Amino acid sequence: MSEKVTVASESLNSCAGCEIAVVDLGARLLDVLGLIDFVHIPVLMDHKYYGQAGDKTKMDIPEATVGLISGGIRNQEHLEVAEEMRKKCKIIIALGTCATHGGIPALINEFTNDDLFKRYYSTESTDQPNKIPDDGVPPLLDRCYAVDEKIKVDVYLPGCPPHPDNIINALTGLISGKTEDLPKKSVCDTCPAIRHGKGQVEKLQKFFITPEFKNPAEPIDNMKCLLEQGILCMGPVTRAGCGGDKKTPRCISAGVPCRGCYGPVKQNGNQMLDMLNALASNGIDIKSLPEYSSMLRFSGAHDLLKPKYTKEEV
Amino acid sequence: MGQVINIQPITRIEGHASIEIKLDDNGSVKDSKVHFLALRGFEKFVEGKPAEEVPRIVPRICGICPWHHHMASIKAVDDCFNVTPAPAGSMLRELMQTISHLEDKLLHFFFLAAADFVIGPDADYSARNVIGIAQANPELAKKIVTMRHKAKMILEKFSGKAIHPITAVTGGFAKPMTESDRKEILAEMRELLDFSMFTIEFAKKKVFPPYIDTVKSLGLIKTGFLGTVDDEGALNLYGGNLRMMKPDGTYTDFSPKNYTDYISEHVVPYSYGKMPYARFWNEGFSLDLDQPKGIYRANTLARINVCDKMATPKAQAELEEFREKFGRPTQATLLYHWARLIEAVYSSEHAIELLENKAITDPYIRAKAEPKAGRGVGCVEAPRGTLIHDYTTDENGLIKTANMIVGTTHNLGPINMSVDQAARSLIKNGEVTEGIMNRIEMAVRAYDP
Ligand code: SF4
Ligand code: SF4
Ligand code: SF4
Repeated sequence: MSEKVTVASESLNSCAGCEIAVVDLGARLLDVLGLIDFVHIPVLMDHKYYGQAGDKTKMDIPEATVGLISGGIRNQEHLEVAEEMRKKCKIIIALGTCATHGGIPALINEFTNDDLFKRYYSTESTDQPNKIPDDGVPPLLDRCYAVDEKIKVDVYLPGCPPHPDNIINALTGLISGKTEDLPKKSVCDTCPAIRHGKGQVEKLQKFFITPEFKNPAEPIDNMKCLLEQGILCMGPVTRAGCGGDKKTPRCISAGVPCRGCYGPVKQNGNQMLDMLNALASNGIDIKSLPEYSSMLRFSGAHDLLKPKYTKEEV
Repeated sequence: MGQVINIQPITRIEGHASIEIKLDDNGSVKDSKVHFLALRGFEKFVEGKPAEEVPRIVPRICGICPWHHHMASIKAVDDCFNVTPAPAGSMLRELMQTISHLEDKLLHFFFLAAADFVIGPDADYSARNVIGIAQANPELAKKIVTMRHKAKMILEKFSGKAIHPITAVTGGFAKPMTESDRKEILAEMRELLDFSMFTIEFAKKKVFPPYIDTVKSLGLIKTGFLGTVDDEGALNLYGGNLRMMKPDGTYTDFSPKNYTDYISEHVVPYSYGKMPYARFWNEGFSLDLDQPKGIYRANTLARINVCDKMATPKAQAELEEFREKFGRPTQATLLYHWARLIEAVYSSEHAIELLENKAITDPYIRAKAEPKAGRGVGCVEAPRGTLIHDYTTDENGLIKTANMIVGTTHNLGPINMSVDQAARSLIKNGEVTEGIMNRIEMAVRAYDP
């Protein structure tokens, strides 16, 4: 058999959606399996951390050329797994926006662990416990981190989840020795909606309306830009790629505004600040928005979202 | 001190969990615990967010069943804002949710569970997986991969985004269905119905028979069951009344709105995940194998047990065959797999029914809504069990409080019991092999957590 590229895959503070995006390669998945050799992937394969009989004391993940990590780092075990992956893999790919920017779970960074425990263990349907679970469960870190806040990352593959085309392009690129990120364009750059230019809208409205359309049965190219219809769309400050090789942004293709799931256009951008700036420079009253932190819903790691009280203190 | 056995992580499941089994000095099982490790706090961090945005946030609870969170959430939001969705909008929501049920069942059966049966529980770990199946049977693998992908791509193509969907919006759906969409999807669903029938026949003939004794014994526990039924007692995945069945088969129906009168969640020190129980049975909470208290199960086997019938003909025939063999209710944990395939048949047939009704192409898909203070409870049957989202909003339509009981959560207590049962019956004199460990995990996989 010819040399296959070995791959180890781990999901940390994640939802498994990134792994399913890999499965969504469909028939191409079988081709990929011909090129790579999974040595560790808990969601599909029974390799264990502490030996197959669970009798080792040190965590052990096999060596691999490529390490795929989805999910951010939220607890002690995630941290240990990430460090072990870094040790054993030559190239680390942060797969999905949770890994690259914290993703939706990093919304918790607006709250403290205490806030979280207090609410989760005292909802309307919960019998309040005497203490928070602490037996055999990994302690939480103080907040939710993107992977590169804890270990070095070689390739960033954002998206919630990344489009299967992005994944296969990255993998086949790696197999031929290239480590390329997605192009640094914005969702708007790939959007076919009709734009007329500045100064059309002064206030934004909530997404309670069906967007204006020449004829909804026609292709999306006939839709007027959602932002120009006064509906908040994060397209200008979000990295392109979600449409895969076909390009048209996924949400826009269904007549729904972008919410920024590919993270900022530049890895270290700030989607909230960039969007507020973009709105203001187009003469849109940003006070017409009900709140702002939702604009960081996909990229709240890297210290961008913080508990509210510190915001007031600072 | 006796030996401690750790299975870490539990593999071929979607969530994050590990098992700890303590043995006494004689090598018998003293105590088994399943640690459920995920704690992300969706209940907390949606506070203050505009309610209409929440159906686009909560799907990230689970990337395998995002449609169901999307639906429970939008129903709760509509309810908060007191809006009745446009009829065609409602049908499109139900259609998408039904197709995603089908896709999920094919994924779980073939990609996660089947290897234990097809490759065998004692096979080497490197072959006991879907890749092993693909190598052993490339023709079948191709068919499986293609058909599951077809179901998933209906969702992707029609609604833009299959993982972490966006098209269920306040008052209905974001995108109308054209006549040509309808015809195309209908044809694809008919093919998928054939494939669902192929799958259940294949499972009944080739997958389950060699393991029928294991099926009847592994992870066997005695519990109640929870599911959703329509006005006529037929299984429904999109909505209806909740039905809680006791282990003896008697049951109580109630509206999802009143769930807190019937269900409470218990917290144990060894799991971040909470363990729901039937509080209205007034017997408290206990995972004791001989005398469990308040414990009920959700997910496929539960729904198949609580319903009086299936609303579609092929699924009804499957239900009758199943009941004749195993009775009602049946407690055998591995029958979750079988029940899952009956639901795959139902989902295919039901999607076809929805598509055969031309009302689904009505361009009026979205009723007007405006932000309001209110409370809303949204409930659907997710693949892994009854899913409840309960929100309150303030006068600006921002979330004040949110409570969620996620499908798998109902089964956390029962999973713990099934692991304990499997460990006690398989581990003797401290002897533990990889095959035994994997059989214990099979008891977990049946629940597809
Ligand atoms: S990036 Fe999105 S799809 Fe991937 S793990 Fe995070 S929430 Fe799930
Ligand atoms: S703002 Fe939205 S709708 Fe307008 S061009 Fe950008 S992505 Fe397209
Ligand atoms: S349009 Fe925006 S939110 Fe939607 S998939 Fe693309 S990047 Fe993500």
